[in-house]
Amino acid sequence: MSVRPHPGLEINGFTLGEQLHKGGFATIWDVTHALYRTPMVMKVPTILDGYDGPTIVGFEVEQMIMPRLSGIHVPRVMGQGDFAVMPYIVTERIPGNSMFQYFKRAPRPVAEVIELAARMAEAVHDIHRQHVIHLDLKPDNFLQRPSGEMVLIDYGLSRHDQLPDLLAEEFTIPMGTFPYIAPEQFLRQRGDLRSDLYALGAMIYELATGKMPFGQPEKLSQVKQRLWRDPVPPRAIRADIPEWLQEIILRALEVDPANRYQSAAQMIFDLAHPMQIRLTARGHKTQRDPALTVFKRWRQMRNLKAFAAPPSVAAQIERAPILLVAVDLAPEAEPLAQAIYLQIKRMLVNRPDARVACVNVIKTARLGIDPTTDAAGTNLHVARLVGLKTWAEGIDLTDDRLTYTILENTDPATAIIDHAEANRADHILMGARGHSSTRRFLGSVSAKVVAEAACSVTVIRLRDQQPEA
Amino acid sequence: MRLALLTDIHANREAFEAVLADLAQRQIDRLVFLGDIVGYGPDPGWCIDQVESQVAKGAIALRGNHDRAVGTADNILNSNARRVIDWTVNRLNARQKLFLSELPLTVEDGDTLFTHASANDPADWIYVTSAANARPSFLVCDARLIFCGHVHRAALYSCDLVGRVTHLEIAPGNPMPLLQSRRWLGVIGSVGQPRDGSTLASYAILDRTHNELTFRRVGYDATTTARKSREAGLPEALAQRLMKGI
Repeated sequence: MSVRPHPGLEINGFTLGEQLHKGGFATIWDVTHALYRTPMVMKVPTILDGYDGPTIVGFEVEQMIMPRLSGIHVPRVMGQGDFAVMPYIVTERIPGNSMFQYFKRAPRPVAEVIELAARMAEAVHDIHRQHVIHLDLKPDNFLQRPSGEMVLIDYGLSRHDQLPDLLAEEFTIPMGTFPYIAPEQFLRQRGDLRSDLYALGAMIYELATGKMPFGQPEKLSQVKQRLWRDPVPPRAIRADIPEWLQEIILRALEVDPANRYQSAAQMIFDLAHPMQIRLTARGHKTQRDPALTVFKRWRQMRNLKAFAAPPSVAAQIERAPILLVAVDLAPEAEPLAQAIYLQIKRMLVNRPDARVACVNVIKTARLGIDPTTDAAGTNLHVARLVGLKTWAEGIDLTDDRLTYTILENTDPATAIIDHAEANRADHILMGARGHSSTRRFLGSVSAKVVAEAACSVTVIRLRDQQPEA
Repeated sequence: MRLALLTDIHANREAFEAVLADLAQRQIDRLVFLGDIVGYGPDPGWCIDQVESQVAKGAIALRGNHDRAVGTADNILNSNARRVIDWTVNRLNARQKLFLSELPLTVEDGDTLFTHASANDPADWIYVTSAANARPSFLVCDARLIFCGHVHRAALYSCDLVGRVTHLEIAPGNPMPLLQSRRWLGVIGSVGQPRDGSTLASYAILDRTHNELTFRRVGYDATTTARKSREAGLPEALAQRLMKGI
């Protein structure tokens, strides 16, 4: 690098203003350019004299990955500089502070914790969908737009599914930020998106309790302890944390990635539907595991070389989709409901980590007061919920990966489409009515869902009865 | 500016046509042929004519060891390859032979060097099959990008700021950014005789604007090529390897 950054420096049309931040590996500068009106910042790596491999490769990784990302959760890239002159990346400037300042004020009220957790998880899911695992999630790397969306920065340790991992050979020690790195990152595994979910879990823990789940370890041997030592349950620190929130946090912090959330979308689903979370021992826990349990785990984990990892980010997202099943519970639709039931069971064979959201729509009248109670005085909502649960009996999903929702709408298709969108469903499964007069008059619900849904839709239809001879 | 890099066509008309059809849909500004238009396959004349007409339209074409063998009767090729070259010689007209004999061994285009085999001694036809034997190519020139063929298996090597050469795994179809901080050596897979276990024809696209390299694979009718090869009386092993990609 032949040029060093300083205020007033002009490079490729960019003019440097004041230095905004000086970190361990890079400096951040305010920059302007005649062609861009957007406020921008320039990140320049601080390369030590002589060969500074990790910093250089980290910056190469960032130069490689950032231009491939797009969308509201990622800063837009305006320019990149060559190592021969001065390496840099110019991006749009996100106003405001990083979450680091905000986390200093933890613990926060539960409602705030959930809102922030969901927003952070949304940003993480967005980059996962774009084949990137961040691998260095921490409060400093989340910025919040004035409109509320979180923006993820600093991709120096990240991994792109479809690009070679330049960092794999560069480091002999685990990479990441000690309070937040996942056990498999300690084992130098860099290909599992569930590592990011672990870091999210550690951050939500911190937001809710004001403490880091594993403190601030300085040595690697201390980091390794998280392979067997469980953190103090959040509710033991702060009693007003609901059990379901503890369930979410401790699930994200599971040592084995296979026991965590399998995608950020599944985590967002739980944050959005706390009342549907099925509590396990994780949620009820009041103290850390007893010494004997920890000892057994230590014996099991201390020589572990690696956890089972998915082949790729895309494969993991594919393995763990959110499936939305819309079922009609009317008596005449029973054979159709049965066919949908068989189909969902078949789909789960290939996607063992899927989460299934069962939905039934109550069609409400366009005008007037809706009858939420039927003639016999039964609450329609409750009756449908019971019906839905009965239908789903035998769908074999562990944990709480099966949920039930009754929607009300004048237009069932709209209800299904909106619910799928709001819950980031990857696939809708529903039935189509036969050639009945109802369909002729009311139009086809499934046709509208197929036409307008943002995700894949599978429509199950029963063959018409053969006309009698 | 987008360049299509094709190499080791080896007189395989069906594969060559499939690749040309594929890149016709991909806004290519210039074609580069990295050598070995002939040899092994049953359609040498057609392939030479096709390359020649592309060169007339601005394409770059280089000479490979099989192209050289047409005009030089020595024994540096293996016996099957030599047999096919002897067969090929009798099927080419004077103009086609002249075209092959006038092809250059290397071409420099700005910061990019094209060669058929290793750049350190292009006439010695050294295979670039590992980071260790990719290294000499970086040492002998100061080109930022080097592209060669000859190996029949696609591979990408980078040389970082301190001269460390690394082999990088990239899957076909994924654009790889050729970072300015490194120098790059791309070994392009073969159009007409792939040897990496897949029967699909191989080529690459170099996007100079975005500074990205993409390896591509294209399906073609290998059965027809194998049949023509047998009908021409070429060695059976050559027909079989097309069907297996080995």
